[in-house]
Amino acid sequence: MLRHLQKELDKIKNQVLSLGAMVEDRVHKVSRVIEKRDLFEAGQIIKKDHEIDEKEVEIEEECLKVLALHQPVAVDLRFLIAVIKINNDLERIADETVNIAQRVTSIAKQNNTSDFRHDYTPMTEKVAAMLRMSLDALVNLDADVAFKVCLLDDDVDKFHHDAYDQIKSAMKGNPGDIRHLLNLFLISRHLERVGDHATNIAEEVIYMVEGEIVRHADY
Amino acid sequence: MSDSKSNGVKMTSKHLDFYYGNFQALHDVSLEFKKQQVTALIGPSGCGKSTYLRCLNRMNDLIPIARVEGKIMLEDEDIYDPSLDVVMLRRRVGMVFQKPNPFPKSVYENVAYGLRVNGIRDKGLIEQRVTESIQRAALWDEVKDRLQESALGLSGGQQQRLCIARALAVEPEVVLMDEPASALDPIATQKIEDLIHELKKEYTIIIVTHSMQQAARVSDITAFFYIGKLIEVGDTDTLFTRPRLKQTEDYITGRFG
Repeated sequence: MLRHLQKELDKIKNQVLSLGAMVEDRVHKVSRVIEKRDLFEAGQIIKKDHEIDEKEVEIEEECLKVLALHQPVAVDLRFLIAVIKINNDLERIADETVNIAQRVTSIAKQNNTSDFRHDYTPMTEKVAAMLRMSLDALVNLDADVAFKVCLLDDDVDKFHHDAYDQIKSAMKGNPGDIRHLLNLFLISRHLERVGDHATNIAEEVIYMVEGEIVRHADY
Repeated sequence: MSDSKSNGVKMTSKHLDFYYGNFQALHDVSLEFKKQQVTALIGPSGCGKSTYLRCLNRMNDLIPIARVEGKIMLEDEDIYDPSLDVVMLRRRVGMVFQKPNPFPKSVYENVAYGLRVNGIRDKGLIEQRVTESIQRAALWDEVKDRLQESALGLSGGQQQRLCIARALAVEPEVVLMDEPASALDPIATQKIEDLIHELKKEYTIIIVTHSMQQAARVSDITAFFYIGKLIEVGDTDTLFTRPRLKQTEDYITGRFG
């Protein structure tokens, strides 16, 4: 017979994975929004963010309930604490996709003198991959995959610096487009935050599996 | 100064084996108990934790077929040394049982009894010790006006604290507790647990409990027993967040069997 607690934990795991799938979908959609300047899709992302928020609250309440009623210890306790944090990171990733959608909308509404574009495809692909890997690590409780995610964060930081350099020179050449270029640069900042949250998720998976807190560590 | 005194170790068992006739109930248990610390012994029924606890003040001597091998040291004394006075040992290593077992006497006499057995005749001293012990057991306010009434009229939780007062009256160094709160309601349980926190400032406390949460709440060190063996021992906070061994994790998370 399955422990009653186990059923509750399995239920929470399914909920968090379903939230993960929703957030992954947002990240894929927002990468198209950036690439194609798809304002309809951008609007959808902004409009439907409440779905993610509701799911986040639901998961948190479920975790609090299990903590209060079952007083779990050891691996079960680590699982719940990790889920509470991962839940928060997923919601924040969704918030970043909303921010990006708003930036793209605002860029599209401005009249620009230059036709400067920055190719964000490699960066969006990288953060999407990190999110997918961190969720895979969660599903399989695989600390090795989680460690790889932490390493990929350096690549994202590099993309972020490249965007900074390129957009900065574009600003020098087109001072009239500062508003547009600033928004364009901030997309990089939001994507970089998505990478950070994916790294947090990976770190939580490592904590869950190994019982070691690896945050603030050099890998 | 000897080793055991310098590092704060009060009691030690070294390679302890215990037999009921041909049945070996404990296998090679080595464990240290430090002063001013609470150690919880946990494990499923029949794992040997109560047997082990009872070895520490030779309560198992009362079982004719029982046999002990290995050593238990109370500081530098071997407690199984044939020349050792067992009554004196049990004065130094007191015990509180699962079910409150007050004598059918007055509240006062329950606590005074052990003092008289230990040869104290000075009435003033007895009164002083009785008062102090009942106070230490956090029972004074509830019984100070009924010291001459029968102890059997007290509630279960009060009776258990009276038994703790009785154990403290003879000024023990170590207090053994065998599931001291398992017959009590949550409020009385909390009083016993608060009391354990207070008592550890002065005594070495070793507690057997079936309640994992109780072990987590009251103890500094937790030792997990399984089928007569000591499986894992460590700081309570570590053992309940990331135990070293799978067997321990399975037990404390209820994945056993």
